[in-house]
Amino acid sequence: MQTAIAAKPRPKIDNVSRGFWDNARAGKLSIQACRACGHSHFPGSPVCPKCLSEDQVWAEVSGKGKLLSWVRFHRAYWDSFRDDLPYIVCLVGLDEGPLLVSNLVGVEPEQITIGAAVEVVFEKVDDELTLPKFRICD
Amino acid sequence: MNSFHALKDRIAIVGVGNTPYGNFPEIDDYGLGARAFRNAVEDCGIEKDKIDGLLVCRVPQYARMGEILGLNPRWTIQMPPHGRMSGMAIIEAAAALEAGLCDYAALIYANIGRSRRVNYGGEESPGVWDPWGFTSPGAAHAMMFQRHSALYGTTTRQLAEVSVAFRHHACLNPAAVMKQPITIDDHEAARPITEPLRLLDYCLINDGAVCIIMTTKERARDLKKKPVMISGIGAREAYTTSSIGNFDLNFWYDEMRDVASQAYGMAGVGPSDVDALMCYDNFSPTVLFSLEGLGFCKQGESGSFVEGGTLKLGGKLPTNTDGGHLSNSYMQGWALNIEAVRQIRGECEARQVKNAQVVQYCGATPCSRSIIYTPG
Repeated sequence: MQTAIAAKPRPKIDNVSRGFWDNARAGKLSIQACRACGHSHFPGSPVCPKCLSEDQVWAEVSGKGKLLSWVRFHRAYWDSFRDDLPYIVCLVGLDEGPLLVSNLVGVEPEQITIGAAVEVVFEKVDDELTLPKFRICD
Repeated sequence: MNSFHALKDRIAIVGVGNTPYGNFPEIDDYGLGARAFRNAVEDCGIEKDKIDGLLVCRVPQYARMGEILGLNPRWTIQMPPHGRMSGMAIIEAAAALEAGLCDYAALIYANIGRSRRVNYGGEESPGVWDPWGFTSPGAAHAMMFQRHSALYGTTTRQLAEVSVAFRHHACLNPAAVMKQPITIDDHEAARPITEPLRLLDYCLINDGAVCIIMTTKERARDLKKKPVMISGIGAREAYTTSSIGNFDLNFWYDEMRDVASQAYGMAGVGPSDVDALMCYDNFSPTVLFSLEGLGFCKQGESGSFVEGGTLKLGGKLPTNTDGGHLSNSYMQGWALNIEAVRQIRGECEARQVKNAQVVQYCGATPCSRSIIYTPG
């Protein structure tokens, strides 16, 4: 019998965030956009933080942005991340404005420059969950 | 409408008390809070039952605290157990005292995080960024410092100056948890936690409690010690970008500029008048960001500003003379505020700043605050 390894933390999927995760599963990156005033933001919010409208949609974005910062974890705050150590977490400023925290894939720390152009890639975790991650553009 | 400047020199800190700092599994937060309260009562010589205002922070339940201390106040506030609350609490109490909601306020903070093994990061309740493995306040500060380095060339050896100076102060403070001096090389060799930050950039987690007793200027005259006045306050939140916890893309610079302008404007002083700074230091980079925001140096220049022991006793700007969160005690800003009071009273012995007349508390966080203290 195999010992179960605790799964990695999963997103909280609710009425507000569901659209983002449905889109990610379909290979689309999206941010929440208000149909009343046009304001866009991430993470999702039950009302538009600018005009308080509830008329909001998950609008697909280009998936392109700039690397604003990054860190490398040497400590596993969850056992399920222990095998990934050290792993890189990045902060991306999407071309459309909102900031996203994600992982930078396919790169060594010495190759990373803040300000670099990045683009989204999708990593399928299982049938329910796909995580948007980023790679540095050539 | 009143300007908040009307609060200038109206409210005094009259009593301060704390427990030892360390690992105390045999006592709970109420027990620690009660000891700190007793010490603060003794410090100012107040008749305990005159206290009619109670503010508790990180103490589980205000009514139980009141029951233990035998108090039935007419003003109560419970603050959440977040580090940023100490400055907020003192300002709220000052406003309540000025408004006459109470005559004497006791503010009690207690922390049992060490003995009860509190961890920061990897919490049970899911955070927005957990699926990518991004967690813990330290990682957010690492993210900011990495960006500060890229924008301004700030180095980890410069960052080390913060930890080294505060450890130096802890070695002069008999109450401090950390007793071994460290060097810049020790900082560079410490194990990485979330790179670019290392172990010596992270604050302690220890048990302890702090109590502050406040009243109006007039009432303060009847108590044992010379009062320490609240001469300036400043406040600004940064909530609209708070989905990344403990993080600000511009290092809370704009918020701290605002806070500085409020606090200095009210007190009628500027950075060059500050004899000692008590700077919230959950992680060492916050200190650099605070120095820039308050105007001790220009934005981006904090790295060179702190080089060569600027923050040490005897340096240009003695900062966290008790050792701060990094080396004295993790009292989430509360111990820094009582250190400010003790500096102005001249009670700090080996770590005393000569003739400390203007001592400033600050915390650069999503709820940035600053308080300027002067002798009464």
